Amino acid sequence: MYEQIAANRRRTILLIVGAIVLLGAVGYVLGLWYGNNGLLGLVGAVALAIVLSLGSFFGGDRLVLASTRAREVTPQEQPRLHNIVEGLSIAAGIPKPRVYVIPEQAPNAFATGRNPEHASIAVTEGLLATMNRVELEGVIGHELAHVVDRDILVGTVVATLVGAVILISEFFMRSWWWGGVRGRRGGDRGGGGIEAIIFAVGIVLLILAPIIAQIVRLAVSRQREFLADAQGALLTRYPPGLASALRKIGAASGIPMRSANNATAHLWLNQPSRIQGEGMGPLEKLFSTHPPIEERIRRLEEM
Amino acid sequence: MPLWLWIVVVLVALLVLSGILIYNRLVKLRARVNNGWSQIDVQLRRRYDLIPNLVKTVQGYATHERELFENVTEARSRAIDADAVPDQAQAENQITRGIRQLFAVAENYPDLKANENFLALQEELTGTESKIAFARQFYNDQVMLLNTLIGSFPSNVVAKTFRFEPREFFDIEEPVRAPSEVEFPR
Repeated sequence: MYEQIAANRRRTILLIVGAIVLLGAVGYVLGLWYGNNGLLGLVGAVALAIVLSLGSFFGGDRLVLASTRAREVTPQEQPRLHNIVEGLSIAAGIPKPRVYVIPEQAPNAFATGRNPEHASIAVTEGLLATMNRVELEGVIGHELAHVVDRDILVGTVVATLVGAVILISEFFMRSWWWGGVRGRRGGDRGGGGIEAIIFAVGIVLLILAPIIAQIVRLAVSRQREFLADAQGALLTRYPPGLASALRKIGAASGIPMRSANNATAHLWLNQPSRIQGEGMGPLEKLFSTHPPIEERIRRLEEM
Repeated sequence: MPLWLWIVVVLVALLVLSGILIYNRLVKLRARVNNGWSQIDVQLRRRYDLIPNLVKTVQGYATHERELFENVTEARSRAIDADAVPDQAQAENQITRGIRQLFAVAENYPDLKANENFLALQEELTGTESKIAFARQFYNDQVMLLNTLIGSFPSNVVAKTFRFEPREFFDIEEPVRAPSEVEFPR
């Protein structure tokens, strides 16, 4: 269990470094192309990512809670849920997060907030209706692991890095399309062979970068899910609880969620569906925010 | 300054620095152990407060279980008065068993099972039981980390110099975790 956690941490760091390198490369190529100054482009791209990160870091949780129509509940309304959240927070050694309920019938849950002191946990009505105490403990343990591990921070950073790559690539693709090509090629720099190569590499990079960035984001998300499963089990000391909860959630995957969208998909306990899904092929695996539920159950049962 | 003197200075600086790091870690762990202990204490007190209520509610329906009530009440006052950790742990175990028996007995009285006050008490006690277990888990984890640090080299030198004492584990029975129909329904 501990080795799994350590390996997951390493892979996450590797992926984040990869995303930063990618962003820097895009900035470098553009800087070279426009101002003959790759370094300036690199610094500019990273600075943009930092500004975007800070914005979503401080306001992100309220936005997410509002977009899912989550409502804060009192201990009197939901004694069982509150008792479980409080108990597991004690086990994790963090302050008790705020507790929300989402009016959705699909069983699911998420955690948000920038650090353990400003954290919220939201569960759907469907989850409360279908889970027994042990299963609910498993789910809450998983969400609290996200809080303890500051996955909300990791998720925010990764999402904005990816967002910045997409934004920059799109912007320059468009400006090239509408006249940048005409203005630069064969202009003041004489249109040598090197320039043509840079141009070709730049085009390829700009087309591929958003796709690669998206794949990196999803890979990070999947790693964090495995990590939270393992750490949640460490909190409850009872992996079968979460395994059983995941089995129930898998069985209920036909129930669609109205408030699900691509922007928040990675936050949920399991990837929310809008339509009834079938088995996943290798390509779908590459583009999903969560590992397949069978794989998660199998790893929990091995603990 | 000759080279060997430089080497000595650097070594001493490294030694002092690692000493400070170890000392800070010891202080942090000791604070966590104390915090864990007070968490256990809060939850145990919560349970002491709930027991008279539970006994009173069950008594109204199950008049023939006098021995069981006395047993739980006696264990409660013993736990409150205990000064040594092992004595308290033993009394707490007796309380846990007594509460389980009370819930088991309640199964025989349909009127009691339908009583809203009883159902709320049952959720509160079940929640408190698991919070005690989680608080104990956190406390014991931190005690283990602290004791390992105090016992192993080179941190034991720092621990001895500043008189950090190893702490005692708190051993009480785990509540039943698997969903069970009789003792702790959901």
